[in-house]
Amino acid sequence: MKDWRYLLAEQRGTLLALGIFIVMFIIYTTNHPAGFTANVVQTAANKGVLLAFVAMAQTLVVITAGIDLSVGMILLLTNCLASWLVVGTPLQTALGVIAVLAAGLVCGAINGAIVIYGRLQPIVATIATGAVYYGIGLLLRPFPGGSVNEDLADALTGKLFDVIPTSLVALLVVVLVVWVPFSRSEFGRAAYAAGSSETAAYMSGVPIRRGKFLAYALAGLLASVGGLFLTFFTYTGEAAYASGNSYTLFSIAAVVLGGVSLFGGKGSAIGAIFGALAFRTIGDLLFVFDFDPLWQPLFQGVILLIAVSLGAFALFRVRNRLEWFL
Amino acid sequence: MSETTLGGLAGRMPKFIRRADPAVLTAFACIVILLLLGSLYSRSFLSPEYLLQQLKVASFLGVIATGMMLVILLGQIDLSVPWSVAAGAMMACAAAAYGPAGVALAIPFGVLCGVAVGIVNGIGVAYLRIPSMIITLATNAVAQGLMVVYTGGFSPQDSATAAMRYLATGFTIPGVPNAVIIWALIGAAMVFVLTRTSFGRAVYGIGNRERAAYLSGIDTRRIVMIAFAVSGGLSAFGGVLLAGYASKAAQSMGDAYLLPSIAAVVLGGTSILGGRGSYLGTVAGVILITLLQSILSVMQMPEAGRQIIYGVVIVAMLLLYGRAPASR
Repeated sequence: MKDWRYLLAEQRGTLLALGIFIVMFIIYTTNHPAGFTANVVQTAANKGVLLAFVAMAQTLVVITAGIDLSVGMILLLTNCLASWLVVGTPLQTALGVIAVLAAGLVCGAINGAIVIYGRLQPIVATIATGAVYYGIGLLLRPFPGGSVNEDLADALTGKLFDVIPTSLVALLVVVLVVWVPFSRSEFGRAAYAAGSSETAAYMSGVPIRRGKFLAYALAGLLASVGGLFLTFFTYTGEAAYASGNSYTLFSIAAVVLGGVSLFGGKGSAIGAIFGALAFRTIGDLLFVFDFDPLWQPLFQGVILLIAVSLGAFALFRVRNRLEWFL
Repeated sequence: MSETTLGGLAGRMPKFIRRADPAVLTAFACIVILLLLGSLYSRSFLSPEYLLQQLKVASFLGVIATGMMLVILLGQIDLSVPWSVAAGAMMACAAAAYGPAGVALAIPFGVLCGVAVGIVNGIGVAYLRIPSMIITLATNAVAQGLMVVYTGGFSPQDSATAAMRYLATGFTIPGVPNAVIIWALIGAAMVFVLTRTSFGRAVYGIGNRERAAYLSGIDTRRIVMIAFAVSGGLSAFGGVLLAGYASKAAQSMGDAYLLPSIAAVVLGGTSILGGRGSYLGTVAGVILITLLQSILSVMQMPEAGRQIIYGVVIVAMLLLYGRAPASR
């Protein structure tokens, strides 16, 4: 095979997600009453970017063949924290942003420490830590409220040169600052290797523990970026259990749509971003076609069910029945 | 197993002590410690009425955790518990609105809805080979969507039937709440199935190594499918009982049962990787969780503090005895 065909095979999941997103977005904008305008794109981008951050966070963990069921709760916790800290003078605001990001990193690091050094199963461990993060969020904000530095919020949710949504630029910056260096580093490769075959990676002397730990910690950081943006959009902090849960759920849907293998070792955060944008667009299709909003949870659930069932097509390629059992 | 669970336990006690699982012993020790702590806080904590009340509250969790245990023994997990519980409760109450036939069929209909959710889970896990964590999250979302469409986003107005209320709050044997009897019956059936039937052996076998179980001639896919259907049905039945207890169904009534049911099973020494665990441990786990919740509410701990203590206790106990072997 030629080089470009290897590259294509490697990026197939990402390209598929990009394709789904483009098709869905075209359907969305052509049926939107306002059409394809900067404002429509801005609103769509702002909604999609939130999920994109959480999906990126989930990707990092899923690549190591783990799962983080606390990402939604980290998002809530950092949202509540930001509604206290990201206020005041520019200096105070900057310190607040740093504190919120650090809190997310700590949450992720706690998950990582429990899963890797405590050797607990990621599912149970992250459900339990998720309860703790939700509890802390609820302590910080028993009732919805708080405020945020509105200049910063408006700057980051507005439009750059009246055309490009700033939130998309922020997403790009986060990808360039977090994902690209991580995936190209020794630890990123270790995370992929650990997800693909932990024993083989261990035998080859790959630093799997540090790689996985970094993946969990960065997942917390990315979830906190999502929490910050949630605060910028809503100007308030709110610890709503259902909303945290649905972010966790949608992040898994986005990851699957984005071509990241839940068995680990395959996929990229870029794919998950397009998966998240596609998932959001599909959810919003209901509005442009004037359906009752009550149908939205069912519609999203069915899409999720279909998305996760698509993986079953790989069964047709199985020649030996024993390969059913991993 | 003609005798009741309690009798069965007493008869086999020496054997249990001889081969006692350290995890089960730890869980029981924690129960004793919690009871002592509680009695320091309030005198009435050790009174029979209070303990029986706790047992009654525990039996709802116990029924749900029984299904969860079956699935966890396979090495899978069922995250569709919240809306299976809610769907069971809502559908049973909804059926009650359709005349006498509806009232009579309310409980079976509610349970069947849970079984339907479980069958979708089972098809996904056993035949489509989708990771159980993912497919059950998805069916949970679909069940939620269906219930939201059905109820219009509000708590349904239909109320529970008299039979449901009787099952959850009545007394057949004086002094022993019906809910506790139901849990004991379901528990006895589960112990019988797990230890005395080929189905139970197959469950442990699949949990240990599905490939080996398949090669020894077990139809592993059918077993997994049945286990998920049973889990869905028991979750829904738990929901039916809860609806009888509160005399109506509510939107998010199941949310409070996902983490506790998993925690009860895992704290009772059942390996989350499957293939190892006893029902006695699950009983201990359920009582432990219920007592912990009760003490926190007696101390008037706000919801936030409860969630934090809850998560911390679960992680701490799992770190004590639920760790996976080191990779070597």
